[in-house]
This record gives sequence, C-alpha cells and structure tokens, in this order.
Amino acid sequence: MDEIVRIDGLHKSFGNLDVLKGIGMSVKAGETVVLLGSSGSGKSTLLRCVNFMEVPTQGQVFLHGDLVGSETNGKMSYRESELCSLRTRIGMVFQHFNLFPHMTVEQNVMEGQITVLKRTRTEARSKALAQLERVGLGDKAQEYPARLSGGQKQRVAIARALAMDPDVMLFDEVTSALDPELVGEVLKTMRQLADEGMTMLVVTHELGFAYHVANRVLFLDGGVILEEGEPQHILKNPKTTRMREFLDGHSLFKLPD
Amino acid sequence: MSHTWDFATIIQNWYVLWIGLKGTVFIFLVTVILGLSGGLIIGICRYAPSRALSWPAMAFVEVFRNTPVLVQIIWFYYAFPILTGIDVDPFLAAVLGISLNTMAFSAEIYRAGIQSIEPGQWEAGKAIGMTYNQSLRRVILPVAIKRVLPALTNRGIEVFKMSTLASVVAYVETLNQANLLADLNFNPIEAYTAVAVIFFVVLYPVVQGTYVLERVLKKGD
Ligand SMILES: Nc1ncnc2c1ncn2[C@@H]1O[C@H](COP(=O)(O)OP(=O)(O)OP(=O)(O)O)[C@@H](O)[C@H]1O
Ligand SMILES: [Mg+2]
Repeated sequence: MDEIVRIDGLHKSFGNLDVLKGIGMSVKAGETVVLLGSSGSGKSTLLRCVNFMEVPTQGQVFLHGDLVGSETNGKMSYRESELCSLRTRIGMVFQHFNLFPHMTVEQNVMEGQITVLKRTRTEARSKALAQLERVGLGDKAQEYPARLSGGQKQRVAIARALAMDPDVMLFDEVTSALDPELVGEVLKTMRQLADEGMTMLVVTHELGFAYHVANRVLFLDGGVILEEGEPQHILKNPKTTRMREFLDGHSLFKLPD
Repeated sequence: MSHTWDFATIIQNWYVLWIGLKGTVFIFLVTVILGLSGGLIIGICRYAPSRALSWPAMAFVEVFRNTPVLVQIIWFYYAFPILTGIDVDPFLAAVLGISLNTMAFSAEIYRAGIQSIEPGQWEAGKAIGMTYNQSLRRVILPVAIKRVLPALTNRGIEVFKMSTLASVVAYVETLNQANLLADLNFNPIEAYTAVAVIFFVVLYPVVQGTYVLERVLKKGD
C-alpha cells in the first residue's frame, strides 16, 4: 500500500527538553492510525512535526515518498514556501477548534481555498457547501461560529481542513474540549471519514474510537513509540507495563470481550 | 474681581473662527489618517518576529511617545530647516509633530490588539497553508482592529484637540484665529472661551457616538 506519511529517526527538543527521541512510523493510504500516550508524552509535538508547525530537530519526514526539505551534510533545511504548500496537503484539526470568529461558517471553509489555493469564489463556495454537507452542517453555512455548539464548531473545523483536499488529516484531541454529550457527533464524523477512505492520524483519549475505528494503534512513551499494533491486540494485551498502566488509567472504557 | 461678558465682537467676527475651524478640521483629517495608518504599519513591525523590523519600530515608538508634541512641532519648524536646509512651513511642521506622535501611540494600540489574539488563530491560518502575512491580513488584523476600535477613536479625539498645538507656529486653525481676535478686540477671555465652546460642541456628539460604537462592538463579540 501507498505510504502517505513516513517519518524516520525524528527527534524534537525544546531547549534542554528532549521530547521525541527517534520516532519512526508511517501512515498508509486510507489508514486510520491512532496515537496514544500519557499527557506530556509528546503526542501533539509529533503531530505538529508532521505538518511542520514545529520543525524537527533531527530526522526526516516524507509525504508520498518525497522528502520534505533538503539535506546537506546530514543537516535538514526547510524553505518557508515549501512548508506552506506542504501544509495545504495536510489537514489539521485542533482541540480548541480555532475557527475564524469574524467569518461565517461558509467563509471559514472558503478562506484557505481562496487565499492559499487561489480558487475562484464560486468554486470555493460550492466546495465549502459540499464539505459542510459532508459533516452534516449544510444548514449552518451562514451562521457565525459564536452561535454554534462545540460539536458543531469542531465539525466546521473538520470541513475547513477537508476543503483543502488534503492527502492526510491530523486530529489532535479534537473531542477533549467538548461537553461529554457532544463528543459522539464529532467521533461519528471522524468514523465516517475513515469509512470513506480518508487517511488519518489521530491523537485521542477515546479508546473506544481507537478500538473500533483504528487500523493501527501506536503508544508513545519516553519519546519513542513503545508499542504498535492492531487495536484488538494491543488494547487488550499490551506487552509493556507502561502501556498497561496507561490503559488502566482509562478505566471508563470497557473493552468488549 | 468682576468681568462683564461681551461676545458681540466674537459673534460679529464669526467667520474668522469659522476659517480657523476649517483649518482645524483639515489638519485633523490629515494627521489622523497619517497617524492611524502609519501606526498600523509600525505596530505590525513592532510585533514582527524579525528584529530588523521590531527594533527600529520600538525605537520610533519610544522616541515619539516620550517627547512632547509641542516641542516636536517647534523643532520641525525652527531646527529641522537649519540642520537639513529643507524648508518647513507651519502646516508641515504641525502635521509632522502630531502625526508622528499619533503613529507612536496608535502603534502600541495595534500591537496590543494583535497580541490579544489567541495563538490558536495564527495556528489555524498556518495549518491551512497561510503565510505569516496572509494570516496577519486575513485572520489576525480584522479581529484585532475591531477589538481596539474604541482605543483608536479615543486617540482620534486626542488628535482633534492636539491640533490646537499647531497655533504655536501660526498655522491657521481655531486657536490661532482666536489669538487674532483677542489681540484685535482686547477680549481674550471671550475669545478663548469661544474656542473651548467650539471644541466642546464638535466633540461632545462625537464622543457620544463612540459610546454607541463601543456598545455595538461589545454585542458583536
Ligand atoms: N513550544 C514548546 N516550547 C517548550 N516546550 C514545549 C513546547 N511544546 C511542547 N513542549 C513540551 O513538550 C512536552 C510534550 O508536549 P506535548 O504537547 O507534545 O504533549 P502531549 O502528549 O500532546 O500532551 P497532552 O496530552 O497534555 O496534550 C511537554 O513537556 C511540553 O511542556
Ligand atoms: Mg497534546
């Protein structure tokens, strides 16, 4: 299968703090990969290195097999213009939605298409409406974000990312800021995307989602990927104590027998 | 200590003050436009990640925020021509002094506005492939400027009153014309009272308008 994202020997430090200490992983076309790990383990940092919201200290990222940046004498360098165009191909959804408050829902979804991809307004609008329909919010196109529920906001944020026609979508704890009763609608949308064949890398604490939707689960601990496997195996029979402790901490989730 | 008020000569010579008021409004428009737009550019530079931009902007702000406008106007009128050989008329000297000062103060207002925007907004722009400038223009500034609009209108009101400083180099504005009337008719008390009344009559409705604006903006948030 086609590798959409591949990461090799990735390190990331903030000053003296080594957060990622040699990550190797890949996401194949149509795959949903869930990334687990305790708070502060570096899940967000890893996700943000994939679309270069953070620039890795060391290591390489490939998109569709093409190396991002250029290497001279073992040192990577990146041009800002290359990173900008890379980010248009990688969708990202945040915990706190980050919708543009001064734009309507429709304008939020049109903005990147017009400003970055230089699509015409007509094209951008029809694309925006199609993506809003896809996440079940076709009727909210003219609302401002302030008038939406958290779950609706997050689905607009998903539509905004989808409208750029990304090769892969990154989700960083997108349900963590939601009231419990709104989590379901967002997870449902994500599951629908997975079923439609979208390639996704998902950081979440929703083990149910990992169990039922993920093709693969990675467990990040101590700056490395400590365990990796199919959810049905890895969530039921973790090999390491670290992962077992992590799973025990999520006692709300009961695995089906 | 008694004074018999007599506004007859002021009313007779109303057009002298009218000419002054026109001068006031004109210099106000020029300085407020230059000051608030120049301030936006300097405020953006002040915030910029590049030190090559932020340091000169900071130096500019500190120099013009910490020197009196009156001194600047006088300096541009008397000292600048001697130092550079470039002639400066009263209007230009006053415009320079007032608008540079306004740029410095409004730059800080814009910068505070930009700073008040949640980092997540920058991230959202970046994540859909926007450059720094695109995020700034399309995402950050529209909200930041709306947030600081009350502070900017206050600045505008200050600028309107600051315009009287132009009288020090005899630019034809309201206070300067009142000086003229006072000298002609020996009634400085009436002349300067008239100036105060004119400014109040012009500004009071404007200030009331800004309260309405603030309420409208609050609602929109
Ligand atoms: N920009 C930054 N500057 C300095 N330190 C940072 C920065 N971003 C993250 N860190 C640190 O890196 C470590 C990993 O952070 P990260 O946000 O990736 O963890 P996480 O696994 O996503 O945690 P959480 O589950 O709480 O979201 C933390 O110790 C954090 O304080
Ligand atoms: Mg995180």
